[in-house]
Amino acid sequence: MSAFLQYTLQGLAAGGFYALAALGLAVIFGVLGVVNFSHGACYMLGAVASAVLLDTLGLSFWWALLVVPVLMFVFGVLMERLLVQWLLRLDPLYNFLLTFGITLVLVDLVKRRYGVSGLPYQLPPGLDGRVTVGSVSLSLYQVFVTLFAVLVCVAVWALLTQTRIGMIVRASTEDAERSRALGINVGRWVTPVFGFGIALAGLSGVLAAPFRAITADMGSNFVIILFAVVVIGGLGSILGAVVAGFLVGLVEAYGQAYAPSFAQVLIFVLMALVVLVRPSGLFGREEAA
Amino acid sequence: MSEQLTARADLELAGEPVIPASRPGLRWAMLAVGLLVALALPWFIYPPVAMDIAAWALFAISVDLLLGYTGLLSFGHAAFWGTSAYVTGLIAINAGVPFPLAVLGGALAAMVLAVPIGYLSVRRTGIYFAMVTLAFAQMVYFIANQWRSLTGGENGLQGIPKSFFGIEPIETDSFYFYYAALPVILLGVLVAWRAVNSPFGQVLVAIRDNPARARALGYDVERYKIMVFVLSAGLAGLAGGVFSISHGFASLQELAWTTSGKVVLITVLGGIGTLWGGPIGAGLVVVLEDRLASSGFNGVGIITGAIFIVIVLAFRHGIWGTARNGVGAWMRRRRSHRA
Repeated sequence: MSAFLQYTLQGLAAGGFYALAALGLAVIFGVLGVVNFSHGACYMLGAVASAVLLDTLGLSFWWALLVVPVLMFVFGVLMERLLVQWLLRLDPLYNFLLTFGITLVLVDLVKRRYGVSGLPYQLPPGLDGRVTVGSVSLSLYQVFVTLFAVLVCVAVWALLTQTRIGMIVRASTEDAERSRALGINVGRWVTPVFGFGIALAGLSGVLAAPFRAITADMGSNFVIILFAVVVIGGLGSILGAVVAGFLVGLVEAYGQAYAPSFAQVLIFVLMALVVLVRPSGLFGREEAA
Repeated sequence: MSEQLTARADLELAGEPVIPASRPGLRWAMLAVGLLVALALPWFIYPPVAMDIAAWALFAISVDLLLGYTGLLSFGHAAFWGTSAYVTGLIAINAGVPFPLAVLGGALAAMVLAVPIGYLSVRRTGIYFAMVTLAFAQMVYFIANQWRSLTGGENGLQGIPKSFFGIEPIETDSFYFYYAALPVILLGVLVAWRAVNSPFGQVLVAIRDNPARARALGYDVERYKIMVFVLSAGLAGLAGGVFSISHGFASLQELAWTTSGKVVLITVLGGIGTLWGGPIGAGLVVVLEDRLASSGFNGVGIITGAIFIVIVLAFRHGIWGTARNGVGAWMRRRRSHRA
């Protein structure tokens, strides 16, 4: 029982990374219609940035949690203004390929600068302990990551449903033409939304920094699992991205615990089942053929 | 969807009929030149590199069959190239048959694998298709990584022989091996050429341009998509098999998503919707990577990624399409001058 709880927590923590990053992917897709291949690379940049900031400026984990998303927001805005915006009118496959090219460049730049071995990053002081719940001892950091990820997801949810900005973004996602007819400047929100999505990927990277090996390649497999997550959740759906993120995290953790040789395959089996039974994803709407 | 997406254009193909099809002479001349280049290649380029170009060219053609002719971007074609690389290697090592037979076996295995993957993937279109194929390819990668007893895990499959009826020069000299393996590649190109210049190919183009109308005309769109997916996987398998025999080993790299990405880069760089694009893109990318690797520059991804970005932003018709449009405009200008 104690082991099972630990696996569950581990899965929820890993799911937190997926949920946050997938949320960014879903918001970008919703408003821009872009599937951002470089999302994994941005997650990697978030982790590398927190390690470098700690090493050079002595910036602690808590500061990184604040500073890195801002940096990544700026990075995302630049990426959208300089590159992505030119292809928004074309078939979405072109932006997929563009962001793939960006991924190759980013990964090899980081590899050249910081090598292939992992950058060191300790668990932040205060979070390196364990908490005991009844007879079960759990990693405090994993509890923190889970709660923090849920909190951010709820905050984004509130932002999207309770504020005027959120209403505009949702309306643009739903029906851009009609939103414009009602006097909403849809184009104005494209760039900040892209930056926001990238910032979420970066935030996910900061959370992963004390937990995973920080290497240039850490985002490569991550982004493919993210794609599985949004296919499972339904690409247009924000709720779907979050739920599927945690679901995939749990599947991965239970897989590693009970069937280690199949752990990584299980996620894709889950995706295959969803595609088979409900092609538009758990929370997605049917697309016109 | 935002404003930008309501005015969405389709894929920009390199194969639009700029040069009138009523010039069969030109077409045969181009075919002859292409064949001559393929035959002369190992005289000018280090033979193993020439073999790589030929293999990647067929691999790119297999991707273009889906992307350019059917409008489906497979971002997981490494699954078929890599599966065939391993199966070809296993057959060559264990059965000792002449290598073309082993390659055919590998291609067959790739086609068998493509049936379930294709069946599931064609349920989604557009960008979803790319994501789903990518995810399934990653699944194949993980399975190969775990199945150490068969694939050798991270060490890969070593010591794949180039058995060819005991003919010594072919089995040991990469220059002669090129000429023994080239027919296998050309067979694949021929199949692709026959496929696109047939009623089957016309249906594919109809599906690409307007799936709803193709369905209304009574074509089973999903079935055609699965058929071309399996055919494409077979061609990728032929290419991957030749590649692994040529190198004498098969590694996990052959199944990695970077391989899927590289072949898409080659296809788009050369120009999609034309069988000429793949070979041109393959020649450039393989030679470039070979040069970069031998110059000791680490960070090939910076160069290939930058090429990708420039191509997608500025030269979406690819090299073949850009050249073809240029020639077409020049010919039109000359004609109007004369008139």
